[in-house]
Amino acid sequence: MYKTLYDKIWQSHLINEQDDGTSLIYIDRHLVHEVTSPQAFEGLRLSNRKVNSPKRTLAVADHNVPTLDRELGIKEEDSRIQVEELDKNVEEFQIPYFNMNDTRQGIVHVIGPEQGFTQPGMTIVCGDSHTATHGAFGSLAFGIGTSEVEHVLATQTLIQKKAMNMLINITGNIDKIVTSKDLILYIIGKIGTAGGTGCVIEYSGNALREMSMESRMTICNMSIEAGARAGMIAPDDVTFNYLYEKPMAPKNEDWDKALNWWKTLPSDSGANFDKIVDIDAAKVTQTITWGTSPEEIVSIDGTVPNPDKISDEVKQNKIKRSIEYMGLTPGQKISDVEINTVFIGSCTNSRIEDIRSAAEIIKGKKVSTNVKALVVPGSGLVKKQAEEEGLDVIFKHAGFEWREPGCSMCLAMNSDKLNEGDRCASTSNRNFEGRQGKGGRTHLVSPEIAAASAITGKLTDPRNVT
Amino acid sequence: MEKFNTFKGIAAPFNILNVDTDKIIPKQFLTTIKRTGLGKHVFDEMRYKKDGSENPNFVLNQKPYDKSNILIAGDNFGCGSSREHAPWALKDFGIKCIISTSFADIFFNNSFKNGLLPIMVTKDERDVLLEDAKDKENPEIEIDLENQEIRRPNGGKIKFKIDPFRKKCLLEGLDDIGLTELHENKIKSFEESRSTKHPWL
Repeated sequence: MYKTLYDKIWQSHLINEQDDGTSLIYIDRHLVHEVTSPQAFEGLRLSNRKVNSPKRTLAVADHNVPTLDRELGIKEEDSRIQVEELDKNVEEFQIPYFNMNDTRQGIVHVIGPEQGFTQPGMTIVCGDSHTATHGAFGSLAFGIGTSEVEHVLATQTLIQKKAMNMLINITGNIDKIVTSKDLILYIIGKIGTAGGTGCVIEYSGNALREMSMESRMTICNMSIEAGARAGMIAPDDVTFNYLYEKPMAPKNEDWDKALNWWKTLPSDSGANFDKIVDIDAAKVTQTITWGTSPEEIVSIDGTVPNPDKISDEVKQNKIKRSIEYMGLTPGQKISDVEINTVFIGSCTNSRIEDIRSAAEIIKGKKVSTNVKALVVPGSGLVKKQAEEEGLDVIFKHAGFEWREPGCSMCLAMNSDKLNEGDRCASTSNRNFEGRQGKGGRTHLVSPEIAAASAITGKLTDPRNVT
Repeated sequence: MEKFNTFKGIAAPFNILNVDTDKIIPKQFLTTIKRTGLGKHVFDEMRYKKDGSENPNFVLNQKPYDKSNILIAGDNFGCGSSREHAPWALKDFGIKCIISTSFADIFFNNSFKNGLLPIMVTKDERDVLLEDAKDKENPEIEIDLENQEIRRPNGGKIKFKIDPFRKKCLLEGLDDIGLTELHENKIKSFEESRSTKHPWL
């Protein structure tokens, strides 16, 4: 019986299966942050339960933390209480923790891989939908709710039903100018925000093999935006080289053992997928979003759609509403759209490679006078690395703000947010109404397009910035 | 968890596509450390005007829908973030059941953990229920989980499917963690064999 990568991980974690398919699976790694955990810890206390396996758990505060003047603490009372609550909970339940002032602190989906906490073949969960990111290492990683956070803390297991196997096969070569962000936005545009519902997506194709781990993480990260429970990419030498000597990766003899096992994980040729989607890489262009759903995409040289051309009434209404909210007009050239904010950051695009690519475009140029631009590195270690390479200086000279790590303006839970009517070229993952601040307008873009747009003050193809 | 009993309640027509969890409960309300009290913020941006007053055009601000227990929703309800604050807020408002053609996975899971029943029906069935709900004089429908039946105001019935395990948990108000702890020995032996085979895990 040929198996997919997902089948193999699922079966090796199965503890119990009922007749109706309801299964109990073992969880290897659990990442915890301040927003979705307080009620779970409270639940443990109320039922007098302990954390089953603190060593398989890693906690960090990322959603609420300030990205400026961190030494002054958190100004907003609710946010401060939430972070203090996490401080208290990790202490009480003895969970490894990177506090707000630790250099290793950062966005939960950046630090997991960076520390080697994330490894191939594992089951990884976190009370955050972008947990799919870790699937880039060939692990089964998915977001869970707070009740499930409590369940994992108490038992190191989860009750699940197996999802369907979906293959997204990218055929042919990708144009050099096209980034992994463009590719995943293009894929979401193709299959829609419910295209992966009930599925675990495996991405395959030569184009992926040539991508760095950072690029692969960007792709898996946004699987949830296509409705999938998880996204994964089979591990290979790129994965193994990335993990080698990471602080929490296996060492010495264990490394050799792990490596042998990891190499058996890729899907068998002939394994069965319930759904297969072929993506012709040659057709993928630099892609951004124009609307308020990640599926509302347009090529950087394209135009805003005309809702009158859509026959389905519910869809037509959704597009009309998006156009209205975004303050655009049907047929408008997207590269004519002016922006006043640029955000480079988030668990989608805040890793060193993203910062380097943006810096490459910014180098020696100035941010448009109408634009407020910020870079929020994904972790303290990304920030440190960038500073060692002098990238912070490039950004600061150009007029960017260089901030402390955290989720920041991706979801605007701290004070980094858009005001009513602000328009942002953002490297994050969600462009929902009000996502980056009430009344704010978000265009999801690659770090390269974000950088180019900061310079011109319009949504811009990086090739047009010289 | 409270047991899920058969109930009759007001159904609100809510035919919006891809209602995301940011729309259900925006992030400014996620700083709570409690599960309760979010009902007043559910659908905040659609529900209130800039000055904080109620938006009279929003369905849940209109009579009789301000007392709704059921939403008849558009496709792909609950997409986006994993925040369990979404079902907490809906539940706190009084919603006990959402009927749609499809739900996002994590929202679907989270709902069951909180005694909120998401029911999947066909597009035609959903559309019929939407029409029923639009009748302000008689918008009450009955949800019978035991018999897996939606009873329309005109007496018509729509059958629905549900995973037997989830049904049992809702009907009996069972706590997942308690159920899992019954497998304690299996979990222990799994852990032991795993540490021998893959010690680095």
